[in-house]
Amino acid sequence: MCLAMPVRISQLLPDDMAVVDMDGVSREVSVALIDTPQEGDYVILHVGYAIGKLDAEEAARTLALMDQLAASQSEATP
Amino acid sequence: MKYVDEFRRGDIARGMAAHIHTLVQPDRQYRLMEFCGGHTHAIARYGLTGLLPDNIRLIHGPGCPVCVLPIGRVDSAIELALRPDVILCSYGDTLRVPASNKMSLYQARAKGADVRMVYSTSDALQIARDNPHKQVVFFAIGFETTTPPTALALIQARQEKLANFSVFCNHVLTPPAMRHLLAAGDAVQLDGFIGPSHVSTVIGSAPYAAVAAEFAKPVVIAGFEPLDVLQSVAMLVEQINAGRTEVETQFTRAVTAQGNAKARSLVAQTMTLRDSFEWRGLGQVPHSALAIHPDFAEFDAELRFALAYRHVPDHKACECGAILRGQKRPQDCKVFAIVCNPDNPLGSCMVSSEGACAAHYHYGRFVEGQPA
Amino acid sequence: MSKSYSRPLDLKHGLVNLTHGSGGRAMAQLVSELFAAEFANDWLAQGNDQAILPPPGGRIAIATDSHVISPLFFPGGDIGSLAVHGTVNDLAMGGATPLYLSAGFILEEGLPLADLARIVRSMAAAARTAGVAIVTGDTKVVERGKGDGVFISTTGVGVVADGVNLSGDQARPGDVILLSGTLGDHGMAVMSQREGLGFASPILSDSAALHTLAAALLAACPGLRLMRDPTRGGLATTLNEIAQQSGVGMRLQENAIPVQASVRAACEFLGLDPLYIANEGKLVAICPAEQAAAALAALQAHPLGQQAAIIGQVVADAHQFVRVETDFGGERLLDWLSGEMLPRIC
Repeated sequence: MCLAMPVRISQLLPDDMAVVDMDGVSREVSVALIDTPQEGDYVILHVGYAIGKLDAEEAARTLALMDQLAASQSEATP
Repeated sequence: MKYVDEFRRGDIARGMAAHIHTLVQPDRQYRLMEFCGGHTHAIARYGLTGLLPDNIRLIHGPGCPVCVLPIGRVDSAIELALRPDVILCSYGDTLRVPASNKMSLYQARAKGADVRMVYSTSDALQIARDNPHKQVVFFAIGFETTTPPTALALIQARQEKLANFSVFCNHVLTPPAMRHLLAAGDAVQLDGFIGPSHVSTVIGSAPYAAVAAEFAKPVVIAGFEPLDVLQSVAMLVEQINAGRTEVETQFTRAVTAQGNAKARSLVAQTMTLRDSFEWRGLGQVPHSALAIHPDFAEFDAELRFALAYRHVPDHKACECGAILRGQKRPQDCKVFAIVCNPDNPLGSCMVSSEGACAAHYHYGRFVEGQPA
Repeated sequence: MSKSYSRPLDLKHGLVNLTHGSGGRAMAQLVSELFAAEFANDWLAQGNDQAILPPPGGRIAIATDSHVISPLFFPGGDIGSLAVHGTVNDLAMGGATPLYLSAGFILEEGLPLADLARIVRSMAAAARTAGVAIVTGDTKVVERGKGDGVFISTTGVGVVADGVNLSGDQARPGDVILLSGTLGDHGMAVMSQREGLGFASPILSDSAALHTLAAALLAACPGLRLMRDPTRGGLATTLNEIAQQSGVGMRLQENAIPVQASVRAACEFLGLDPLYIANEGKLVAICPAEQAAAALAALQAHPLGQQAAIIGQVVADAHQFVRVETDFGGERLLDWLSGEMLPRIC
């Protein structure tokens, strides 16, 4: 329904704007919808607006869980 | 792409799919509705259905804003666009949506309408600044994710006193539509929902609690990458097996219970709940959409241009309604891939690549052996 | 040609106006001081309405292409170089050695002469590099608002050696599909410059003349069935065209298809699929399986084909579907492009 992607804030600009980048592609977006944006933060970008921050610890936890589930299966079915 | 590629690893997907195979109880059916077109797209794009056990059925729901936009609303947008004093700004998604009399915004453009595709509401504001002698209307569509940027544009327009800017508001809400689907007596039996995470980045997971409790259905707020979808399916299967009907979040990396308070507050200031709104395929759904708040009435295109809504029935042979309600599959529709195809869509589910029909046409058609 | 005009063409500050297309002295001056000077060859210098060329010695290939692009200048090229590469490549894909081009210009009143000069110089440089001569041309001027700066039509003439018979209807089940490099560079380089989409990226257009790459491939792979350059509509459209012409299906391996990280990211920003994005310096080739290794080696040995890869196989399929095996072990259909490629929000 809503195309959105994680991007990194590389530079904060005046007027609630920021430069975000992903793999060398960058664009100016609005950070007016989020609290205390910081350079280096990952945010979820939708139609030119950061709509929320991405929690790196939670992402790592989710990935670890996925790896663990997948690994348990490869052990179970050699 | 950090935080994208990690969630698209095929080897992990196969391991997780094997895990789901061990979870399902063979004598049981799991009918899971992915509410959102983004999930429909991901499932089709990565061929996830083929990885899942046969007794898990994924049902495509109405979460594609282009698909649920009723014809009458597109007609109004076209009517506006054809006015010589108007520049209509719209996201690219709406341009090909079929309206009455074989019209679309694309056709309107060919007839001389000034229709501009924008990527962001800030582009629409800039067009208004650059064209002070034109009325610039932003054709706002989308769910709760897309609503806060429209709210900011309204606030910005008021600050700048941009008198030639207005919004044709068609923003719709997810939880009321979910409630409507479950309340309808003739709906397909559903065992759980894969909920849209980008919506919940804004509204949080809490608004689904009442629906889950009232109808005793589990909801998992799921990310849109293929591994997110698989993990969410596993979480739903576990809830169903255990007889739990909770709202759980898989997309914990950006969803909290409360969501984005700042964004919600901006929406509350600028928009107000409609008593009822027509959804294509679902009919009138109470309290399911937003209108411009009376405080911002001067920027409401419906008032400025005295737009009157007319209900327009869908094409007789088109099954978009039943497909959006989860009662039929695209391949059950008589016109699917015959007279209705992405180059000449009869119904809205064929227009957006997120629509259930377009997704099936593009990605899954060969499985059924349907001729092109 | 040594005519003297009272004042030389102002290539710094001048603008195209309607007299430049009127057939009068201003037009003659534009032709001689810019076009003939830059394209510099004996046929143009004769100043006739046609170029009379020696017999080329072989079957004649002819191709024509009209170029409209906004913006006129983009990272990695401009409409001038594109107008040469597009037509040279259309000839080269048939196994032809390109020899001559004609060029028709439709200029919009108000186009800075400096921009026109930059385009013409780029075109001349591209033609020199590709070893083709621009031997005849035409110029028209349309009123302001009725053009997009400049439109360029080029027609190319080449010669095909005996025994070379490449055609879109020759793909056979069991054949191997090769791609000469990364996808989507041209389309995303152009889109990065479009107003409204405004993203910054290091992406350069891949616009290039492919005839030497094509010749190297043909030499290494005598059984070559066909070549085609995946321009508008991208790889997806090109392969569907071939599947239909040959009455076959295709099966691609998604993880074998080269796409630059920045192009993937830009596509993700806009909700687009790199397999549908235009290329101007890549070729798709289909050859018998036993010659695939030699074909791949020949492509990779050429500067324009270093990232060449085998991306799939031709299969028997009554539906003529192009299918992609995903990294997930699933399959999806790679269909024709429907409508215009529009950035999506949902």
